[in-house]
This record gives sequence, C-alpha cells and structure tokens, in this order.
Amino acid sequence: MRKMLLKGLLKPPFTITAPAPAPEAMRELAAKVNLAAHRRLGRSLSIREIDAGSCNGCELEIHALNNPIYDLERCGIRFVASPRHADVLLVTGSVTTNMREALIKTYDATPDPKWVVALGDCAIDGGCFAGSYACTGGVSNSIPVDLRIKGCPPNPLRILEGLLALVAVSGQ
Amino acid sequence: MSTVSPPTVITEHGGASASLPRQYWSSELVDGAAWEELVARLGKGETVLLGLWAEPHRVYLAYYRPDDGELRVASLEVEHRSFPSVARVHLPALRLERSIQDLFSLRAAGTPDDRPWLDHGTWPSVHLLGMPGATTAGHSDYKFLPVEGDDLHEVPVGPIHAGIIEPGHFRFTVSGETVVRLEERLGYTHKGIQELMRAASLERASRLAGRVSGDSTVAYAWAFSRAVEMATGTEPPSRAVWLRALMAELERIANHFGDIGGVCNDVAFTMLHAYFGALRERVLACADTCFGHRLMMDQVLPGGVASDLSSSGVTVLNDLVHECRAQFGELVELYDNTASLQDRVAGTGVVKRELAMTFGCGGFVGRASGRSFDTRRTFPYAPYDQLEFIVPVREEGDVNARVWIRIREVEQSFLLIEQILARLPEGPVRTDVNQRPGLHAEGVSLVEGFRGDVLAWVRMNGDKVAACHLRDPSWFQWPLLEAAIEGNIIADFPVCNKSFNCSYSGHDL
Repeated sequence: MRKMLLKGLLKPPFTITAPAPAPEAMRELAAKVNLAAHRRLGRSLSIREIDAGSCNGCELEIHALNNPIYDLERCGIRFVASPRHADVLLVTGSVTTNMREALIKTYDATPDPKWVVALGDCAIDGGCFAGSYACTGGVSNSIPVDLRIKGCPPNPLRILEGLLALVAVSGQ
Repeated sequence: MSTVSPPTVITEHGGASASLPRQYWSSELVDGAAWEELVARLGKGETVLLGLWAEPHRVYLAYYRPDDGELRVASLEVEHRSFPSVARVHLPALRLERSIQDLFSLRAAGTPDDRPWLDHGTWPSVHLLGMPGATTAGHSDYKFLPVEGDDLHEVPVGPIHAGIIEPGHFRFTVSGETVVRLEERLGYTHKGIQELMRAASLERASRLAGRVSGDSTVAYAWAFSRAVEMATGTEPPSRAVWLRALMAELERIANHFGDIGGVCNDVAFTMLHAYFGALRERVLACADTCFGHRLMMDQVLPGGVASDLSSSGVTVLNDLVHECRAQFGELVELYDNTASLQDRVAGTGVVKRELAMTFGCGGFVGRASGRSFDTRRTFPYAPYDQLEFIVPVREEGDVNARVWIRIREVEQSFLLIEQILARLPEGPVRTDVNQRPGLHAEGVSLVEGFRGDVLAWVRMNGDKVAACHLRDPSWFQWPLLEAAIEGNIIADFPVCNKSFNCSYSGHDL
C-alpha cells in the first residue's frame, strides 16, 4: 500500500479541469434564485439525489461525478444523505406512480430555500416511458423544477456544467 | 385442472437456430396435467427455472434440463383467470408469480403468498396490460411477514436510501445488532415496460429493452435483438455479432470495476474505490470514443449493431486492455493483502450452495457459491462458441468470493477482448430484419450480462412487437440476499448488498 500511496503523491492528479457553467442553465436559473438565497448559500451546495424510477443509467453517471476524474467536491458541491441537509434535490427517472409519494415527502422534508434539478430525459418529460400507466411523465408533474439537464443519460461533464451554473447563480 | 388430453398439443422450433450446432430452444403449448408435471419436476430439482411470465390469456414457463442444455418454453392457456401455482412447489417462482397476479389479474391457484408485489396500489387500475378487471390492493395494507420473539426491533429502510442508489424498501428485524430477518419490498421503479412494448415498432422496443436496466444496456439489447432474430429467422452479419460481444465484455469490466470499488468503499477503504473509479471512467471514455455512447446504449439493434468499429478504435481498445491490466494487477494485490479489508469481507454474507442451486441463481452470486453456470458456456452463442475463456467458480459464497469471481472475470474479459479484436471478421454490421406479413412468431434468447443471465422472450406480429418479456438475473438473486444477511450485523448490509449489486429497475420492469 505504501508503494501506491507514494506513487499517488508523485504522479500528477487524475482530475481534469472543471468546465465552465452551462450558459443555457445560467439563463434558466437567473430568474429563479433570489438575493436572500445567495447570501445563505454562498458558493457551496448540498445535494440529495433521488431515483424516482430511472433505469439506473443516470445514477451511474452521477456516481462518476464523485470519481477522481471529475471530483465534484472541489467545486463546492457534495452529496448528502438526508433531505434535511440538502439545498438541491437531484431527481432522475420518469417518477413512477410507486415513487411519487416518496418524492413529494422528500421535497417537503427539504428546508427552504431549495432547488430541484430534473436530470435526464425521463425526469424532464417521462422520456421513453412517457404514457405508461405506471409513470407520471416527469418531475414537474409532482414538484416544481428549477433546472433541467438533458441526456439519456447526460454525461458527467454536462451534469457538472449544469450544477456549476447553480453554484454560480446562487453565489453571485 | 384441465380435462384436455394428450399433454402436448403444438410444438414449434426456433427458426434461426439452423446455424447453431444443436437445437437452441423449443416452445410448446401444454395442458393442465403437463403443466403440473413440469412444475413438479422443477420442485424436485430435475429442471431449472429460467422465467415465468404471462400474456392476458396465457402463462409461460421457461426452463432447462441440465443434461441437454436446451432452452424450453412451455405455455398454458389460462381458464377462468386462474392457473396452477408454480411457487406452491418451487419457491423461486414466487415473486414472478405475484407479479403475474398484479399485472394480468390472473390467479395463481394454491400460491403460498398472495400479497401483491409490483402493485403498490397507485396504478390507475382497470385496464392493466389490456385486461379489464385488475384490482389494485392498497399500499398501506401491505403486510410484512410477522417476526416474534423477545427484544426484537424493526428497522425500516427506504425506498429512498442514504446514498446514490435505486429505490427499494428493506425491513430488518434485529436482535441487538444482529439481523434476524430481512424482508425486501420492491416494485418502486415499476415503469410498465411490458405494456409499453405491446405493438411497439422494433426501433422503439429496442430503445425500451436497452433501458430495462441501464447498467446492462448492451446485454439487454443483445438478448432482445437475438430473440427478435430467432422469431423472424434473421441472421445478423458475423462482424456485428463479434462487435456485440466486444461491447458486452466492455460493459462487464466497467461494471465489475465499479462493483469491486464499491465493495471497498462500503467497508471504508476509499483508496481502492478511487482507483477503481478512475479505471471504470477510462473504460467508459473509450466506449464513448469507439461507439459514441459511454454506456453503449442503442448500439445493439435487431439485425446487427448501429455503428462499425474503425481501425483506430481497435487500437484504442487494445491500449485500454494493456493499461487496465497493468493497473488492475496492483489493485488486486492491494485488495488481497490488506488485513483490515479482508477482515470485513471474508466470511460475510454467505450464500449456501444449495440455495444458489435451488434458485438457479446466475452471475457472480451463483458462481461464488459453487453454481457453475454461465450462459456463454451453458447455452453457447456466437461468437463465444469460438472464443477461449474459463468460467471461474468458488465455493465460499461470501462477499470476498463474489469479489474474486469478478476479479477473475475481468481477467477473462481482457483476454476475450483481445481475441475479438485480433479476429474481428470483416463485412457489414447490419442487415434488415426479415418481415413476413402476418407472422406470429416467438423467439427466446439468453445472454450473459455482467450480473448474470438475461432472458428475452418476444412474440412478433408482422414488423411490430406483439408481446415481450425481459427477465433480469436479479429475480433469482434478490431472494438470496435475504438469506445472506441473516446472522450478520446490520452494519454489514451495505457491503453485502453491494457484493450482490442486484438491479432494482431490471427487476421492477
């Protein structure tokens, strides 16, 4: 183990340069984040992730944000275990009827100010599961959505650009 | 239950199996007496259950006999909305049977457990899967199995968990720290995929099949495509078949890297988690470069694959294997030589061999408990019938054994990728799917995903899908997790769960 730790110290980091915040996400958010919220949050965000019926593809790419390549925490963003600790709910999936109640309860348990990010095509409008008896066709049919990140699934860089827009806007 | 005789009425054989050395699959319509006999043989362990599903008026049972390796599908016409229960004598069928009751409102007569499974009482009732009269039982009425004894308490967990994972509910009954019983409740991600498949075009159905469980998108798309090709007598070009295997092996190593790292993380050895995360990322980036999608979604289609691999792609993947192999060796050594890590994984979450055999449990869960089953070997399909690899098996059945099976499989996948790249045939990568007007043909196939055997069954109606069922390997693994955790401390549940890494989405459909 010592050999590997030493190598880790001597080699350049795996981590890539962080992207700029996505311009379209900045535009979508500009009108939604008010001054009081800026003061409270500064430049850091806590995220509670909720799988509301995804195929688990989006979860794989969200996981990737925590790997040493993207290293989300250096940008002031971290995932938390409880909605009570969260500023942002990051929701994936087309919101199945079986998950709707849990999603709404989690939203209610999250303190204000809070934002909701719909991640992936399913969360935006139901994606390829839209129209099913068991899906409600996207997050905005259950709770208000502030930011949408497209893709099936969106790759980690796109997710990072979107989340950085939230940090940038809330820290202005 | 039925008065019809003789037992076997119709037999049809797989259309596209001509190119395979032996009969790959067969389908027969049976009567009640023959059904009962099939079920009895499952119960005695003479045959192995591969799947159980339904259409509004028919139930299907997929199984094989270990001695002849032929994939068999038996179907029974349902009378008075009831069929003889399979779980009555063969418990591994129980959750599949409960799902059939929920989705088609068919009754499994004599079932030992008639609680709903996928149905949480939230669906807009009545016309489920085209059948009037389905009723949805209330979600608040769900009764967990009773546990009695002094000093026991319950810990309910989920459907939303503390980490970034899929939704499901776990009801633990514990005595102090020790788990006395775990009962799972799933179905939270039920998306109604079988209903969406009905009358879907091949293009739409392929997209859906590739999103049953996102981590196994290649395996699902391949299983679905092969079932369609079986049904329509379509022969995909050989280059396409080899490219499918290439993608399937990339998918396997990417997921195994993620899982091995995940197990280390769950026992707080984060350094390996970080290194395996970087390795996984490297594989996904190469998949993106070579196939245009990090998870390779929508790359496998009926009739072939979506895009060809360029000669520079071959170089990229050869380099990938070379680099990964060098790093992987070091990481495995660290895994094996760290006492604090071994202390947590060795002897934890044991699955007994008999259980793995009874449940026909596939993938690394089965192989870590002595069940030597790998679809690539047991039901060989191209190109694996022309490739060299071994199927690693261990007997311990603990978390450590499940990690080691993955380690050995990654090494085999490196070899497989190299063989495929060296011998990739030239030629086209896609052909048109045969379309015979008015065709009502069935096809079934079994493909080895990273998690285990994915079963796909499809019935075509002309160029549209009439009905489709996709069975995730998790159906026969989830129940064993309940057994594995018994007698362990509750703090070891995350690592046990990660060592199984069952799919919620693939199971819930």
